[in-house]
Amino acid sequence: MRDQRLWTWHVMAGLVILVFLGLHMTIMHLDAIVGIFNPADPHPIAWANVVARARMGFFTVSYIVLLGAALFHGLYGLRNILFELGPGRGVKSVLNVALTVGGVGLFVFGAWAAWAAGVLARTL
Amino acid sequence: MLDNMGHPNRLGVWGWLGGGKWGLERYLYTLHRLTGLGLLLYFLLHIFVTSARAFGPEAWVTSMGRVSGGVFVFGEFMVFGAFAFHAANGVRLVLVELGWAIGSPIEPVYPYRTSVHEQRPLALGIMVVAGLLVLAGGLDFFILH
Repeated sequence: MRDQRLWTWHVMAGLVILVFLGLHMTIMHLDAIVGIFNPADPHPIAWANVVARARMGFFTVSYIVLLGAALFHGLYGLRNILFELGPGRGVKSVLNVALTVGGVGLFVFGAWAAWAAGVLARTL
Repeated sequence: MLDNMGHPNRLGVWGWLGGGKWGLERYLYTLHRLTGLGLLLYFLLHIFVTSARAFGPEAWVTSMGRVSGGVFVFGEFMVFGAFAFHAANGVRLVLVELGWAIGSPIEPVYPYRTSVHEQRPLALGIMVVAGLLVLAGGLDFFILH
């Protein structure tokens, strides 16, 4: 039952990623064709564009949502692959703890970076 | 669900990497996992590289400078391609999981038809979508820039 619930979250996280990572990829890697959300410079990773996007609350929120969804989707997928290799109960427990702690730690760090970049951008 | 019920997965990595004669969808499954692992590895590094924006313009320029150049451009294109495939195939998997595009249950009368016959057009269509996305990405990465 627990795995069924986690699998449902895995699928739903995938749909969230589809929307927000699709937008991110379009902004970053289809910039010469589509050209959205790069108001200050033609190059998407130019500092002026980074600041312009960081000033928009939408991007801070979308980065944090994408971060959480992608970490869960990716780490749960990795857990499934590793569990299919048939590890013992002890190894499974260690993997569960390591992936959960690692995922939460990365989420806290990445969410802080997105929030701090927004704060910094508004002071410039 | 994940317990092996006393039947350990003796094939290990090759059990999911090799598709044998199980058809196109089985290889899409393998590729879905490989691209997923690649995207996860990239994403974990991406979190640290892009966190530099929280420390100001100098840190950002330095961080981006470390991952610039031909090799990284090609690597990013590979990531874009992996995303295009993983996303398109993921949509297919969701549709199939929800019971769409697999046809209705039928009597098992010879010559047998399986749901693979119903799924195949979706798989091919999704691969065309992924291919078009990769072409658009290649145009943007290597020709328009």
